[in-house]
Amino acid sequence: MSQAKASKAGKEAEEKLSQGEADRWLALYEQMLTIRIFEEHVNQLYITAKMPGLAHLYTGEEAIAVGVCAALRRDDYITSTHRGHGHCLAKGASVDRMFAELLGKAAGYCKGKGGSMHIADQDTGNLGANAIVGGGAGLATGAAMSSKMRGSDQVAVCFFGDGALGQGVLYELMNMAALWKYPVIYVCENNYYNEYTHNSETTAGSMLGRAEAFGVYGEMVDGQDVRAVEAAAQRLVARARKGEGPAFLLCDTYRYHGHHVGDVSRSYYRSKEEEEAWKANRDPLKILRGWLIEQGAASAETFAQIEQRVEAQVSAGEQFALDAPYPDPSEVAQDVYA
Amino acid sequence: MSMPSTTISQQSGQGVREMTLGKAINEALAEELRRDPRVFIMGEDVAEAGTPFKVLSGLVEEFGPARIIDSPISEAGITGLGVGGAMTGMRPIIDLMFGDFIALAMDQIVNQAAKIHYMSGGKLKVPLVVRTTLGATRRTAAQHSQSLHAWVSHIPGLKVVLPSTPYDAKGLLKTAIRDDNPVVFFEDKMMYQLKGPVPEGDYSIPFGVADIKRVGSDVTIVATSSMVQVALAAAEILEKLDISAEIVDPRTMYPLDKETMIASAKKTSRAIVIDEGYERYGVTAELAADIAEGAFYYLDAPVKRLGAMDVPVPFSPVLEDLTVPTPASVVEVAKTLCGRV
Repeated sequence: MSQAKASKAGKEAEEKLSQGEADRWLALYEQMLTIRIFEEHVNQLYITAKMPGLAHLYTGEEAIAVGVCAALRRDDYITSTHRGHGHCLAKGASVDRMFAELLGKAAGYCKGKGGSMHIADQDTGNLGANAIVGGGAGLATGAAMSSKMRGSDQVAVCFFGDGALGQGVLYELMNMAALWKYPVIYVCENNYYNEYTHNSETTAGSMLGRAEAFGVYGEMVDGQDVRAVEAAAQRLVARARKGEGPAFLLCDTYRYHGHHVGDVSRSYYRSKEEEEAWKANRDPLKILRGWLIEQGAASAETFAQIEQRVEAQVSAGEQFALDAPYPDPSEVAQDVYA
Repeated sequence: MSMPSTTISQQSGQGVREMTLGKAINEALAEELRRDPRVFIMGEDVAEAGTPFKVLSGLVEEFGPARIIDSPISEAGITGLGVGGAMTGMRPIIDLMFGDFIALAMDQIVNQAAKIHYMSGGKLKVPLVVRTTLGATRRTAAQHSQSLHAWVSHIPGLKVVLPSTPYDAKGLLKTAIRDDNPVVFFEDKMMYQLKGPVPEGDYSIPFGVADIKRVGSDVTIVATSSMVQVALAAAEILEKLDISAEIVDPRTMYPLDKETMIASAKKTSRAIVIDEGYERYGVTAELAADIAEGAFYYLDAPVKRLGAMDVPVPFSPVLEDLTVPTPASVVEVAKTLCGRV
């Protein structure tokens, strides 16, 4: 082997992912897949009339919850949205108790009193999904305020969609977060649709410019690329933890399903072609899988094993919830007051 | 003013001072800020200005701007901060200057603060106090004069407090700050200068315990907040007419001490409810229904209600004074109930 060739081979070895790095990305892949498969099961529960009410599926947006939560500690806070299953799972919720909550069972995270849109899990810093658009803004910013007042270095992440940009309270809170340097990160999941209306019809001006106007540090990222989301989140979380104040992370993304599980006829507001193009070209699972294979960090067999494992875990969680008892009627008047 | 009949006499061994209702609130806040480092106050002009009512004067000097926090004019935002702070280890007191401004913060109070404990299956708690005001006749017109406590009293998950004396204000505010639930605390702007006895030292008054502000035998007057003074003045006039009025002050809208109201109505056989909120769909309707249900077979007449007139509060003093119950209007109703007309 010539000198030059040896040098080149050495460089390639250096650039190759370490086993630790590869395992870390595979774990994030597994988290994204868990959300994907969880949501598909939720959809089936709806279609087969086993689930009361509705659900707003996170399918397609998995890289944002997983990428952001990968930069958080267990004791950091998040607030979530009506489209919140992904955030809850990424912050550490388990599928069995998630399913139980969705089915209104006593074993659910909220004893069946919250349902799909209100899953909260204090143990993982999840201050709750919120069914008021922009409703988490006060809670997350308040948690960041509390963290600063208590001298803790916890940060808070406020997840919301582009629809929340229409809510004035968000701007009141961004103003105060900037004024008082609260460690809060506003993560805007721009999936382009406010329910059934394209945001070009609802949102004037610049999205990122809204943060800039308050002096909130802003970044824009490809929300389908978990590596990009994670890298941005690490930067923003680090500066918030150091006391450098709030940030705004604008993520470009797409929801594969309708606004909720029952929104199946969507042609009046978006085309099949648009949906198929996102699924074919911008799928977060495909993007990460492709990169890991390209890096030689995992084989098709590895991914098949992951899929098998996740499918088994999600199915078991679903079965647990289906078999679980409903709350006792006496629960109805419990927990109104602490 | 009349001495509260049941409460203050129980405090013994310590001095009793005369102080204004505003000062009693200031003292309660200062003592709780000293006792618990998790307590802080946030609101518009709460620090150096001490609020337009000067109720918070001196607090920022003792506790500093990190705990007495002047905020932007963002009622929804600061109430939201209070909810999030309360959920994560603090005990915020949010100051909403005029009760009318509660409309701006309603989503945070009604959809967030009130629901979080229940929605989370009892895991999350919101130990938040929202202090605000009520009361007309200050010549501040339709957007600075309303008494909107019925709105929040309607919402499960909230506790609602309406003190009517300096003694009650201090003791109830301490209970509010120590409570693990969201509490909305309404102070009558016109009563901040009202003086009354307040004992030295720490005391608190439990929620859900009505106070009989005056003992009587012919007619029960259930009165809240600003209307307690109106009822007491009416009772003085009625006494000269040989009508003995008993005045019951529920003190908290929720939890509500129905038993004391009902027992009084059973004793006197007649009841009037007065409250400064709009009369329609209001507090007077709720309390009158409780009394009617609980004391029906003891009543000699239907329960009468006196609330604020169902109009936006007008500016002109001549008009504004027509919109709230007065001692004279209460006397007229009481006389009618007692067959004296």
